[in-house]
Amino acid sequence: MNPGVKACITLLPLSLPVCVHASMDDELANIRQQMETLQKQYETRLKELETRLEQAEALARQNQSELSGASTAAPIAAAESPAAAMPVTQDLSNAFNPALSVVLQGSVNSYSQNPDNYALPGFQLGEEGGLAAEGLTLDETEVTASASVDPYFYGQTTISFADQANDGTEVSIEEAFVDPLILPAGLGMRFGKFYSNFGYLNRFHSHAWDFHDAPLAYSAFLNRQYGDTGLRLDWVAPTDTYLLIGGETFAGNSFPAGSSSQVLGDVQSLFAKVGGDVGASNAWQAGLSGLWVNANDRQTDVPGDTSDTFNGDSSLLVGDFVWKWAPNGNATQRNFKFQSEYFYRDESGDMAVENDGNNGLMDYHGKQRGWYMQGVYQFMAHWRAGLRYDRLSADNHLKVTSLGGFADNQSIINASGLDNDGYHPQRWTMMLDWSPSEFSRLRLQYDHDESLINQTDNEWSLQYIMSLGAHGAHEF
Amino acid sequence: MKHQVLSVLFALLLLPLNAPAAMRVFSCEPEWASLVTELAGDHAEVFTATTAQQDPHYIQARPSLIAQMRRADLVVCTGAELETGWLPVLMARGGNPGVKPGTDGYFEAANFVPMLGVPQRLDRAEGDIHARGNPHIQLDPHNIERIAPALAERLAKLDPGNAADYRQRLEDFNQRWQSALQRWDTLAEPLRRMPIVVHHDSWTYLNHWLGLNQIGTLEPKPGVPPSSSHLAELRETLKITPARAVIRAPFEEARASEWLSKQAGPVMLELPYTVGGNAQATDLFGLFDSSIALLQEAQP
Repeated sequence: MNPGVKACITLLPLSLPVCVHASMDDELANIRQQMETLQKQYETRLKELETRLEQAEALARQNQSELSGASTAAPIAAAESPAAAMPVTQDLSNAFNPALSVVLQGSVNSYSQNPDNYALPGFQLGEEGGLAAEGLTLDETEVTASASVDPYFYGQTTISFADQANDGTEVSIEEAFVDPLILPAGLGMRFGKFYSNFGYLNRFHSHAWDFHDAPLAYSAFLNRQYGDTGLRLDWVAPTDTYLLIGGETFAGNSFPAGSSSQVLGDVQSLFAKVGGDVGASNAWQAGLSGLWVNANDRQTDVPGDTSDTFNGDSSLLVGDFVWKWAPNGNATQRNFKFQSEYFYRDESGDMAVENDGNNGLMDYHGKQRGWYMQGVYQFMAHWRAGLRYDRLSADNHLKVTSLGGFADNQSIINASGLDNDGYHPQRWTMMLDWSPSEFSRLRLQYDHDESLINQTDNEWSLQYIMSLGAHGAHEF
Repeated sequence: MKHQVLSVLFALLLLPLNAPAAMRVFSCEPEWASLVTELAGDHAEVFTATTAQQDPHYIQARPSLIAQMRRADLVVCTGAELETGWLPVLMARGGNPGVKPGTDGYFEAANFVPMLGVPQRLDRAEGDIHARGNPHIQLDPHNIERIAPALAERLAKLDPGNAADYRQRLEDFNQRWQSALQRWDTLAEPLRRMPIVVHHDSWTYLNHWLGLNQIGTLEPKPGVPPSSSHLAELRETLKITPARAVIRAPFEEARASEWLSKQAGPVMLELPYTVGGNAQATDLFGLFDSSIALLQEAQP
């Protein structure tokens, strides 16, 4: 029994004999005093009961948390005897299932020029290098599953479903790779199909990009993004300044390669990245990478029903730089991100040009450059504005070796799309996006696109990106 | 070109890796850095990934953090999904299998305390909720008391040569913590039932310890920024049940607090939230000294 209650009961009978012998005044004072004592005791008692109630509530909450997890009596043990605290496993019963996430994307796009005529003079574009479909479109729907396979491996796959308007649905494996988990000393490895770590933007899925479309350089040099089946090895140096070096070998089954022709692959990459902080508010990363491609029957289409086939060597060098700022490193309210990449490509080999049954052949040697820079500013929580500038230039040397039915040299060169007439495509892009939470984003974008000579395209798009399910962590 | 880069790669691989004398500890949050320093002293070289000015839910997986993860002997984090937006990237990129979850090199503080605020329903429509419960566990000093012995044991296990020293330091810390707890309990007695409003549900454990009476949150749902309609509702609530203070962390914007303070009278209160959150909160002791002192000022 509680000591407070005991005192209450024992004090009451004691007070009675005192009353009999005392005078009236004394008696009154006495009673008043006793009443006060009783009141104090009563308050103490109430407070105690309150505390006990709170403790009971807390215990109930603990039990609840215990029930919601698959754990046994461990949380209570931890609460009662801190010295003997045991790790609590609160994993759910379905914890062995892979983490699943789905990204829903769609947009409405409007162009002032005919998007079917889109081209980048001096460059041959792969299938993905053009503009998004006009009107209401469902962009890629991505499903990602990931989990540790066992103590030795981690696996992840992203399957993309692209709605082809009247042409059914195209299902493609964007990534399906395995990372060993036990490599020591900063070593990393990845095998399967994955996006190359070459450049900066390339390894990000498009839903993580800051603009709806890819930079022109990515459209021109990488068919939007380079991913392929291969193997990666990399190493993080044991230094305070971040230093990553690594290399990859890929089969070479996608642009800028053609179809795989060598056991160890037709595409090799090397990359180095350095990065660090400047004070608490700034962080940066710079990279230098190279991609060496043995192109074997690389096919590209040019508006006007021409298809080009390239056989030869292509090497691409990229320098990239990213700077992020947030006051005291707290990016929730305001932050700024600057990003720029510079591409240089040297290609030489045979170019076969096919148009309307004619098959011409050329010696082709091209030196091409492309760069972009962009800034994205989050000016208040959930709202960002961005500006980007893109520019490309090509210096292509073409020598016709076989007319193959074409009327003359110039008509082959014109059909190939490799002649730019000294024109340099450029584009200005502005965007404004609103992210009510970290799982949803709506974006309005305007491109002032001068890709084509004398055909400035005013492009508008309104886009949504919605992420369901597992919380993906964000890379720098 | 290819060969030059390759030879540089190999030259770097062959660099001598000098073993550091002290254990390298990567602490996700400042409170655990402070606890490691208490328990390990000079035996540990502690790196803190975040500061009190940063919201631990939203941290960039910066290159500098990957570089630190790469060399860490022990990673100490809150866990309970608090770092889910950035820690997995550091783990994946750091190439350091010795500190992956499930190994001795990874210490998750939330595993050693009873969790409060475990959601009944897991749906993102409820805002930024954590399946395992509210992760802001550092704000109840009894939780620190529960975590300290487990952390000391882990340090001893990883660095057996100094095991006796870690246990000695734990004993010393426990004594100082117990006397501080008594002091805080006495000081905080008048704060019991003090009505408060908070910005985000970061103070659940502080409320639980001190018996503060939380009337509402400025955020309509966890992680959802204060809206004008929700604030207006809150003002009406405070007309019936007035609050003494509206509490926020150093990384939370003051605007909503300011508005409510002007409209409904509660005192604006920026509590340190973690070590480094204000000039007084230089360590775990300072964190609670300062928190109680500030609450006392608001409760005359």
